[in-house]
Amino acid sequence: MAETHSLQDMRQQAAVAAKVFIQRDYSNGTMCQFQTKFPSELETKIDKQQFEETIRTLNNLYAEAEKLGSQSFIEGCLACLTAYTVFLCMETHYEKVLKKIAKYIQEQNDKIYAPRGLLLTDPIERGLRVIEITIYEDRSFSR
Amino acid sequence: FPPGKASMRECEYSQISTRSSTPMETPYKKRTPKRKKWETFPGRNKFYCDGRIMMAKQTGVFYLTLVLILVTCGLFFTFDCPFLAQQLTPIIPVLGGALFLFVLGTLLRTSFSDPGVLPRATPDEAADLERQIDVANGTKGYRPPPRTKEVVINGQTVKLKYCFTCKIFRPPRASHCSLCDNCVERFDHHCPWVGNCVGRRNYRFFYMFILSLSFLTIFIFAFLTGTVVVCFFSVWSIVGLSGFHTYLISSNQTTNEDIKGSWSSKRGKDNYNPYSSGNIFTNCCVALCGPLPPSLIDKRGFIEADAPQMAPLTNGITMYGATQSQQSHMCDQDQCIQSTKFVLQAATTPLLQQRSSEPVIITSSPENGTSLPARASLTLGGPCSSLPLGQPTPPTSTPSLSCHEATDMLPIHGHSLNHTHPLQEQAALHHYLTPEEVPSPPGMLHCGSPLGHSHTVQTSFYNPASQDSLHEDSVRGLVKLSSV
Repeated sequence: MAETHSLQDMRQQAAVAAKVFIQRDYSNGTMCQFQTKFPSELETKIDKQQFEETIRTLNNLYAEAEKLGSQSFIEGCLACLTAYTVFLCMETHYEKVLKKIAKYIQEQNDKIYAPRGLLLTDPIERGLRVIEITIYEDRSFSR
Repeated sequence: FPPGKASMRECEYSQISTRSSTPMETPYKKRTPKRKKWETFPGRNKFYCDGRIMMAKQTGVFYLTLVLILVTCGLFFTFDCPFLAQQLTPIIPVLGGALFLFVLGTLLRTSFSDPGVLPRATPDEAADLERQIDVANGTKGYRPPPRTKEVVINGQTVKLKYCFTCKIFRPPRASHCSLCDNCVERFDHHCPWVGNCVGRRNYRFFYMFILSLSFLTIFIFAFLTGTVVVCFFSVWSIVGLSGFHTYLISSNQTTNEDIKGSWSSKRGKDNYNPYSSGNIFTNCCVALCGPLPPSLIDKRGFIEADAPQMAPLTNGITMYGATQSQQSHMCDQDQCIQSTKFVLQAATTPLLQQRSSEPVIITSSPENGTSLPARASLTLGGPCSSLPLGQPTPPTSTPSLSCHEATDMLPIHGHSLNHTHPLQEQAALHHYLTPEEVPSPPGMLHCGSPLGHSHTVQTSFYNPASQDSLHEDSVRGLVKLSSV
């Protein structure tokens, strides 16, 4: 069964030139951190400083999510006392920060990356393994 | 993305059937209804309640655990509690009841939650990694031996192993469970008693379960002097297990690491645990009260309609239904390679699907009920004549790679033979692939790597189901070879 008119949005098909993957940086242990090394494929597309700033902010946000602060400690104790049923109605600290991260990525995409023909994919959609940056070709979209 | 919690109140066993179209579909998408990601999950897991509950494949022992606990407590509450309440104090049944509910809650939480499964790599990621590794190794032709990456964590050198099934470099402390066929973060062990792996996300529930169970059993048997001898062993085994895990938590080790002696000083004078904070209290806090990470596999999310649909098969091997996209016209080297790859896969897929009588073919079990979509038509210009196996690309970051034998990996899903190359333009086809949809392309079994686990507490890898799948894999590999 040929799905010849399946979603191939002309735009997606024609325009994606490459994908760059920013891998995880495990030098601090199992914490979620990404490598700040500037990939060569992006050299012509974006400022190195800008890129590093984005990655560094993301790393800080993830560190905040996993931090053992007083809030997460209280949350943990409360959860334990209620046999973890409290998580059925409450959002965990980590999830709250992940929402923040999603918003940040959206904002970065809108302001900085999309105008340059790039797109950041939220790492949570890749299992927190990589930050996927899609490079779109500089080409007008035809329909 | 949904947190994926086990909500017992809303439990209903959903049929895995086609769903009605959601409002999210646009006119351009095909009319097949949207399915949820758990339905095409590549691991060997069972899902209930529309993806809210996730368990291992073998759940018999879990039901036994449940029955044992319920029966023992049932007997206690029915026969002993009225007597005890009168003679001593009514607080006893109340306390017992609270403890019983806590035990049950933590057991169900341990058994039903995602232990911290790492989703498999998308084809793009896998291709990118392959390219980096091949550049570093300079190999062509056959798949090179298993790869490792070295990383220095807090002054200790740790080797990250590459998982052939999941196509990722495993994070530190992660391990691949052969029973569930998943890589699990901070893998502790696979526990048949709870019917699930114990990993990062459910370790605290597991610990609370065995701790509270110890208290419950001591509590119950404290009042039953007559039966102490019979139950002595079961009480002590649970208490012993709790003690063992208390030690593990305070030293921030996993069962896996402890059994392998990863951080033992016997391995070397300078060997120490880089994850431990050095302080028992901190270690306990981190393990029990640290933030609970969310599930990475997004079980209840919808599969994007333009991704290739894959049917999960009963023993966990997914078959790659050929993609439905047509190739673009530009025949540069990458495009050709990719096109050829898909032609080969497409060519073999209908072949395998049609021969349903062959023992080789795994058909979906009725409980899955999915059909293998046969979308095998590709519009292509002929494939290019040359298929170069190496692609010179400038290495981005090449960590030091060395080859080692895989001692704790499951190379049942060998590498696809036509693993030629990582490419730039495949995004058109894979744009919305989620990690769960990545096939484990069956192919030649990886030569030279020992099958089975030597160091972990997991049970032996060789069970009949895996023997069949090995056979199927090799047959598929041969079919692919012959179509080249």
